This record gives sequence, structure tokens and C-alpha cells, in this order.
Amino acid sequence: MASTDARESTGVFGPSRAQIPGKTLRDDRWWLAPLATFTVFTAFIVYATWRAFEGANYYRAPYLSPFYSPCLGDCVKGSSDFGQPFGWWPLSAALIVLIFPLGFRMTCYYYRKAYYRAFWLSPPACAVAEPHTKYTGETRLPLILQNVHRYFWYAAVVVALILSYDTVLAFRDENDHWFHMGLGTLLMLVNVVLIWLYTLSCHSCRHTLGGRLRHFSKHPVRYKLWTWVSKLNAHHAKFAWYSLFSVALVDLYIYLLAAGHITDLRFF
Amino acid sequence: MTSSTSASDRHPMTGNEMSGESAGGMERHQYDVVVIGAGGAGLRSAIAAHDAGAKVAIVCKSLLGKAHTVMAEGGIAASMGNVYPEDNWEVHFRDTMRGGKMLNNWRMAQLHAQEAPERVMELEDWGALFDRTDDGLISQRDFGGHKYARLAHVGDRTGLEMIRTLQQRAVQLGIDVFMECTITDVMLDKGAGDPKVSGAFGYWRETGRFILFEAPSVILATGGIGKSFKVTSNSWEYTGDGHALAMRAGASLINMEFVQFHPTGMVWPPSVKGLLVTESVRGDGGILRNSEGKRFMFDYIPEFFKAETADTIEEADRWYDDKTNNRRPPELLPRDEVARAINSEIKAGRGTPHGGIFLDIASRRTPEFIRKRLPSMYHQFKELADVDITAEPMEIGPTCHYVMGGVEVDADTQESGVTGLYAVGECSGGMHGSNRLGGNSLGDLLVFGKRAGEAATAYTNSLGASLPKVDEADVKAAQASALAPFEVEGGENPYTIQSDLQQSMNDLVGIIRTGAELEESLTEIEAFKERAKRMVVEGHRQYNPGWHLAIDLRNMLIVSECIAKAALARQESRGGHTRDDFPGPNAEWGTKNLVVNLNAAGTGVDLHEKPLPVMPDELKKYFETPAAPPPVEPVETKES
Amino acid sequence: MAYRLKMRIWRGDKDGGALGDYDVEVSEGEVVLDAIHRVQATQAGDLAVRWNCKAGKCGSCSAEVNGKPRLMCMCRLSDFDEEETITVTPMRSFPVIRDLVTDVSFNYEKAKELPSFSPPPRDADNKRRMQQIDVERGQEFRKCIECFLCQNTCHVVRDHEENKKAFAGPRFFLRYAELDMHPLDTNDRRELAQDAAGLGMCNITKCCTEVCPEGIKITDNAIIPMKERVADKKFDPLVWLGNKIGVRNKDNEGRTEL
Repeated sequence: MASTDARESTGVFGPSRAQIPGKTLRDDRWWLAPLATFTVFTAFIVYATWRAFEGANYYRAPYLSPFYSPCLGDCVKGSSDFGQPFGWWPLSAALIVLIFPLGFRMTCYYYRKAYYRAFWLSPPACAVAEPHTKYTGETRLPLILQNVHRYFWYAAVVVALILSYDTVLAFRDENDHWFHMGLGTLLMLVNVVLIWLYTLSCHSCRHTLGGRLRHFSKHPVRYKLWTWVSKLNAHHAKFAWYSLFSVALVDLYIYLLAAGHITDLRFF
Repeated sequence: MTSSTSASDRHPMTGNEMSGESAGGMERHQYDVVVIGAGGAGLRSAIAAHDAGAKVAIVCKSLLGKAHTVMAEGGIAASMGNVYPEDNWEVHFRDTMRGGKMLNNWRMAQLHAQEAPERVMELEDWGALFDRTDDGLISQRDFGGHKYARLAHVGDRTGLEMIRTLQQRAVQLGIDVFMECTITDVMLDKGAGDPKVSGAFGYWRETGRFILFEAPSVILATGGIGKSFKVTSNSWEYTGDGHALAMRAGASLINMEFVQFHPTGMVWPPSVKGLLVTESVRGDGGILRNSEGKRFMFDYIPEFFKAETADTIEEADRWYDDKTNNRRPPELLPRDEVARAINSEIKAGRGTPHGGIFLDIASRRTPEFIRKRLPSMYHQFKELADVDITAEPMEIGPTCHYVMGGVEVDADTQESGVTGLYAVGECSGGMHGSNRLGGNSLGDLLVFGKRAGEAATAYTNSLGASLPKVDEADVKAAQASALAPFEVEGGENPYTIQSDLQQSMNDLVGIIRTGAELEESLTEIEAFKERAKRMVVEGHRQYNPGWHLAIDLRNMLIVSECIAKAALARQESRGGHTRDDFPGPNAEWGTKNLVVNLNAAGTGVDLHEKPLPVMPDELKKYFETPAAPPPVEPVETKES
Repeated sequence: MAYRLKMRIWRGDKDGGALGDYDVEVSEGEVVLDAIHRVQATQAGDLAVRWNCKAGKCGSCSAEVNGKPRLMCMCRLSDFDEEETITVTPMRSFPVIRDLVTDVSFNYEKAKELPSFSPPPRDADNKRRMQQIDVERGQEFRKCIECFLCQNTCHVVRDHEENKKAFAGPRFFLRYAELDMHPLDTNDRRELAQDAAGLGMCNITKCCTEVCPEGIKITDNAIIPMKERVADKKFDPLVWLGNKIGVRNKDNEGRTEL
């Protein structure tokens, strides 16, 4: 690596700093968290990429995979609740809509922390020197685009509404009769709750609802909302992980159903 | 160890020469006013001097913003009347005088009470975020000794808020700050007439290089003397520098016998021994128990307070909810009484495993209540002692906290007996008499800081072009004196002498004093002085804490001698001074101050009595309570 | 309950240095700073270390203990095995002066660059009025004890000396946030925070929050809200459009751009 020499004479190894060998003296397992993040995110990306491009096995009445919702392309019968305006789209219908949840998560303040640390090692962990010699943060393209997070949040609210609608529909059976519930319904319900928690605990949401104010006292309702979102916001990272798992799990369950590997466990 | 290289080696950021031994010359600076100390008093006086048009330097031993003011918890006493509109300066004045057992300089107490509200408002103008009332005004908190809720506060970190606000203001004004720089001598022009201040001499802690400030006005704002005692809530900086500098310059100190011991300091773990435990713990229901589990304060109610103190546990416990029909619990007796009682229990062998007494709130209040009312205490014990105060009792004991005594100054200008030398804050004396009320310290710093800064500037301006001169021979002498510890061979380590001095002061000049022990302590101090002459330090001048201590130790020794000598002379018990052999106050002693000076040879302390300034009749009326016995002492709470 | 603690302490100055081995008696309940003081008092009188209050309130004794930025006075020995060797080094983001003492003037220089609080005149009765809920956010940030551990651990300057010019660091983002949220301040500091203070350099990896001994939620409560406020001003076409057509957040009115 060309930067090795430079790396060894800058940052914590620079001439003015205390001459301490090693990029860190931490003796705890600081590498564990970034490694775990790296592994799980990579696994999710591989899985999601496969599923998004597969273009099949995403619907088994009444369940529609969240990766494909709303299904706006040339989708299988019964899966398009909002029509098929992109019926001409030659690729998987997931690719039309996934950009929104994906963009929301990519620009999310928590995910940014996680992948800057785990994938870019910038820094790998606190007080562990990073391998790069140059760093400009989010001041120029493409990373300056992280500032559009709020627009993805607006979209994420719409996505969450649609997933809620899907979940309501999952209380019908395959013949559109109400008062049905299967394991799939339960999984979708859990998922949509986690998606909402993740979406509402977003930092941009917190800002929009009240954080941007300078006088809470003049806006009591927004202050209430802000207080409430602030509480959720403290758990934003947790919701980010849980909802990542739940969305993958729901998709996997529907895949297994649609591909005929299992049958739905029906409660009533 | 690696030592510094060439003489031209300069620090990349500060531009200081890094080599202590360098003959590259001593730095010289010219200022109108030099302020020594960057706590609340120092910063406020520097701001005032700057506002008055002076070119000011602040010199401090630590980094800016680290001064001991950050430790103040309770608040700033100021009769703004935000909570009780009937509060005014007259009530505050009266409370202050009574709290000090009428030994206060009345004029200082008056100025303080009158000017504190505007000083607090200024802090808000500069960005301080005080807690608010429902009307949006600065909230004011109840504190012992104050008739009305009067303390402007920010949770329990008011001192931090104050120092940060003043620091940010000073930075905004562009005042020069010399951080980690110790002043060792005030320079005098001893030419025609009385000696006048001509500057200050010191060294950079970082490099060991000498620095000379040429300035006609020097303001001492160096804080207290707590480090002379083993168990103290004070930091290492509290070595009585301002007290000692003033004495060596020829000024006098008053009230040095009055040292305030707070009854509740942490006793364990050893690393935090002495750290303050707020009196609010007792105010909120905490009680004191000995190792036998006995709530012992009922055995220590003095005759003087019998009438207003509960004598049964039942009545004491009812007081928290119904203050009108019950008398206050004996745990809330005046601070000296409580400290004395704790001391006796420990001496009688009923102390806790770590040599303290149990302060128990866990068995009396719910965990939620404790966490809500005492967040910083909860945090402090959890983090430092691994004690959950909602589940188990704290171990506490008395700790040295504040010195009421200090440089004798003019009330209006804070000028000492030496022309051009001012003192303000804890290192000045008079304002608090024999005992300081809680919340009056932060107000003291602001009110008199401003006055000193303005007076010093006015004096400098009055001089015109005829500035006092620094005598080069004095500079040489100051250098030699500072370097002396490096010259000694085979002498003693300053850490050992310091530690022995602290133990001796704690044992012999502590909370309860006797004539015999005080005499013994004076003998011991003489011996420490001899040992200190043969102190040796290792290493070189660059950031060498051993050397720094050696220099500070001289100040601690002289201040310790002042305290012991004044304590021996004052044959009564009053406020922060308790003599086992002279219990109770004596009316005759109530009319005089004890004044100490450096003796002619410069080796010891001379002491004389001086009558208290007489209060004018229009102020005396506040204390005329017909048929009342001597003013009943309020519960002093004084965490700030 | 006393035992011998094995320590490695970095000794040296900017010309070089090394970890020195020390063996010092410590007892139950002590903190790393106590051990350092004992080394100083008994074995190395010239060991340079900064400290003041020893109670976690002044923020002087910042250093790195086993590689982690900590206040030495709040670092209890009971959190380590008695057998474990404790390594203490100076903060690695600042120029070393000697031993555990570093030159933190970077922070004081940055403080000077920050335009101060600028209030309107007082009310007619010479008082000021602010509601408790409006000052609480700022009060959290004012708990800062300026230990500079956040500045030390922030990789933007820790790993990139050249960024020091353009980056004020987490401690001063707290200050920008405090002033921008202050109910009375008359300045708009959003452009300044982004451009002069380098807010955009922060990639919110949250190490400042992790090391803050006061538990201030620096990232979530100060930096991210400031980034969002900057986005309001600079990156949000809807806000821009709103301003054009007169639909705007009135809460930000009456402020002067800095």
C-alpha cells in the first residue's frame, strides 16, 4: 500500500505527538463490534441483492414481501395493490422501490456510524488509528449527499404506511376473507412495528417535529412530540438492527412459502 | 529521561523555549493590571479591569477554566427577589453578618449584599443558563442561613457555569491569559516613599523559564489554603499563594484562625477522602449514625440550641413534612456543632470501618426520591466509591473546606496595605467574618472581583507616566530563590515534607483545637521550615511537579504558621474556630480581629490585635431585636 | 488489601520517549491518578501530570489508560485485575510536552474563533425571561468540563493533523449547538458551523460521545441537530422555497447571519 509510509508519519505517529508504538494500546476486543457489523451487513447485502434481483417468490397470498412492496412492475397476480405503472420495467420489481428504504438506511445517522467504522475503518474503533492518510468527512461529493437524509425520511414514512397496509391485508386469507392470521401475519406485524419504530426514531424526524425550534415554550405540541421522539431516538441503533433482521426474516419466510418449501402456520 | 535539546528550541504552538536551563533570557511583559488566579474572582476582576480600559494579564497555575470555582455546587446568593419579592439587600446583609458571628467587615457585607444581584444578571448577559422559575426568571434556591430562597443556581454545578461564563467572556474580550504559570514574588519599587507594587515574577510550569510582569497593579485571586490540611475538599492549587505573596510584599492577613470544616466529606475510598458531600443530603432527610447504629446527634444538642432543636426522633422526623409545628432535627445543627459531634464519636471508637460516620438516606427515602433530589451525590458515590446511596449508607467525616481569613483589604477597593496590591475572593479576608454562609462565596468573587479590577485600573491610570520600577537585584534574588531547591544535595523530598505538614495540621490545628496542641503545632512548623531549607528536587525545570511543589510548599508553611498562631491567640470559640479549652464565644473577642504580618527577618509571623471596624448606626438597626439573646445561628450550608 | 500494581507509564517529551515500568503499592478504592501520584511521590518526583479537583469536575487529568481516553481520577483500579499491568499514556492527538502532559492549546485557539453569545437588551424591568424547557438543551451542553477527551478521540484530528486548521471539534460543536438553541441569542451560526468550524468533517462515528465523562450525548443532541440545522439552511430546497414564498420557520427570525 502506497500510503503505508505516509501513515506512519502522520496522525498519532506525527512528529509532535508522544512517540508511542502501535495504532492503539487498547487491549480489549475493540475489533469485535466492527467485525460483527461488517459480517452482518455483508450477509444482509448479499441476501438482499439476491432476493431483489430474483424477481420471483415474493408473493404468496396474502403475504407480500417488504422488498417488493409496493409492487409496481410486472408483478404476479394479486401482489400489486397500487397498480402497475412500471409494467414495462424489464427487471425485478423490487429494484423500483428498494431505492427508498435503501437510501433511508444508507443516509441514516446510525448506519453511517456503523459502516464508516466497519467498512471504511474511519475509524475502526475509538482511539484506534485509521488506515487512511487523507480525510475530508462529509464535505464533498459523494458524501455531502448524506445531508439529504430528510428526503429519504419522507419517503420512508410512505414506505412504512404501505407496509402497514400490507400488514392489514395479511389479516385476510388467500381468498380475501377477513379474520385470518398466520405466522406470516405475525411476522409482518412485528416487522411493521419495528419499521415504524425505526422510522419515527430517526434524527431527521426528531429535528422536523420539534428539534429545529429555538423556543419549545411557544410550541407545546411540537415540544411533546419532540420529547416523545427523543425517547425513541435514544434507541435508534437498536431499532435499526431489529428492523433489519425483521425485514429479512419476513422476506425469507415469504420466499420459503412462495417457493413451496414450507406452508404457512395458520392461527385462525 | 530525555531532556530538551538546543537553546533555540521553541515550542511549536506556544512559542515558549523548551529548555529550562536556557540562558535565552527571561520573558518580560508590560501590563496595566496583572491578575493572579483565574477562578471566579480572578476572571471577574480581569474583565472589570479590561472594561475600565486597562491592558490586563491573567496568570494562573492551571489551565484556564480548571480553577477550584468549578467545585462550587449550591449557588450564588443574591437578593433578586425572583422567588420572594420581599427579599432585599438588607435582609441578605443581616443574614451574612449573623452567619459570620458579627465579625465580618460590615462594609464588605453591605457592598456584597447590594451588588450581588446585578453581578448575577451580568453572568446571564454573558451566556450563563441558570435554572428558571415558572415566570422565566432566574430561579432561586433555599439555603441554610439565608432567610429567603436566594441562591441563583444551575442544578448542583453552579460553579462550573460561573467559571465557564466568565472564561468565555474573557476570551471574547481578548484578555491575555498566561496558563500554567506560577507567580513566586510580587515585585516592589522601594524607592521614595512607601513601597509600591512594580510587577510580579514567576515561571512557566511547562518550560521552567522565568517570566517577569512589569505592572503597577497586581490583583491576588489565588483562592485558599486547604492543601495545608490532610483531609480537604480543596485541590492542589490551594497552597495559600496569594496569602503568602501578600505577606512577603508587606501586606497583612486577618482572621486566619477561621477555617471552615465541612462536617460531611467522603472518607472512603482514600482517593477522594475529603471530597464534599452536600448538606442537602441531611436537608432532604439523611441522618447520622455511628457504628452501633445509633442516631447520635441527639446526644450533642448544645444548651444554646435546645429551644429550637427536636429532642426526639419522632419530632425530628415530622419536621421534614411539617416545619411549623416541629423543631429541626439535630443533624441540621450548625456546621461546627455537627462536625464536633462526628469528631467525638469517631474518637470514642464508634466510627465506621474507614474512620467516618454513617450518613444514611437510603433507609429513609425512596431510591427515586434520592436520585431526583441528589443526582450528583448519587453519581459521585456510584462512580468513585462504588456505593449506591439509595441502598446503603455513605461514610463521611469532617473535611477542611474554606478559609475565612485572608489579605486585609480596603472594603471598597480591595486594596491591601501595600500600594498597588489588591486581593479578592477567598484569599482576601473580612467579608465572611468567622464563618461563611453558603452561596456567599460565589457572590463575593463577583462583587469584589469587579471592584478590585476597577480600582486597580483607576490606580494605574492615576500614575500617568511615572510607573514604579522593578529592581533588577530583586529579580536576581527571585530567580535564585526559585532555583534553590535544585542546588541542594542529599536533602529531603518535598512530597514527604508536604505530607507530614498536612498530617500535623490535621491533627493539631484541625476542627477542635487546644492551646497545648497549637503550641505543639508551632514547634512542628518550625521543624518543617528547617527541613524545607534542605529540600531537594530531581530532574530539570521542564514541567517538573517536584520543583513546583517545593516552591508552593514555602507558601503552605507560612500560611500554616499564620493559622496556628492566630488560633492559639484567640481564646474563645466562634464560627470556624473551636477551642476545646475555651468553649463558647467571648464578647470581648467579638470586637477584635487578629492581624498577622511577616516578621522583620522574613522568617516567621508577627501577630497583633486590631479593633473591628465599627458599623454605622443606620446599619446597626438591623440587629436590634429587643429581648432576643445573641442571634441564633442559622444552619450554615455552604457548598458554594 | 493493599497490593503491588504493575504500571507502564509513558515518559518522555517531543524528542522521544518510552513506556517505563513501575511497581507501586496501591490499596482498595484507589484510582489510576492515585497510583500515578504515588509513583510521583516515591519513585519519580519529576513525573509530569496535570490534575486539579480529583473528582471528575475540572477535566484536567485526561490521559489514555490502556489505550482508552479517560479521566485518570475517574478510573478505578477495581475495574482492573490486580495482576493486570495498567498502561498510562498521554493523549495522542495533542503535541506532547512532557510525560503525561500534552499541549492542549489547540482547544483554546478554537475557543477564540467562536463568536460569543449575543443577547438582545434586557426586559423593561431589567431582567431576562427564558423558560426552563428552552434552556435545558443548552444546560446539557454546559455540563462540559472541557477535559478535551472528545477532541482527543475524534479521528478527524487524531489521525489527521492537517485537519486541525479547519475543524473545531466536538467540544465546540457543543458550543455552536448551545448558542444556536439559545432562546435569546441573536446570531445565526449555521453557516459558520459548517464552514469555519468544519461540521461537515464529522462523520458521526460517535467516539466523542463514548468517551465523554459527563455523559453528554454530544453526537445525538448537539452534532446531529446542528447538521440538521445546517441542512435546513444549506441543503434543503423546500426550506429555500418556503423562504421565497414567505412560508418559513418563524422561530429562526430576528437572527443575524454570522
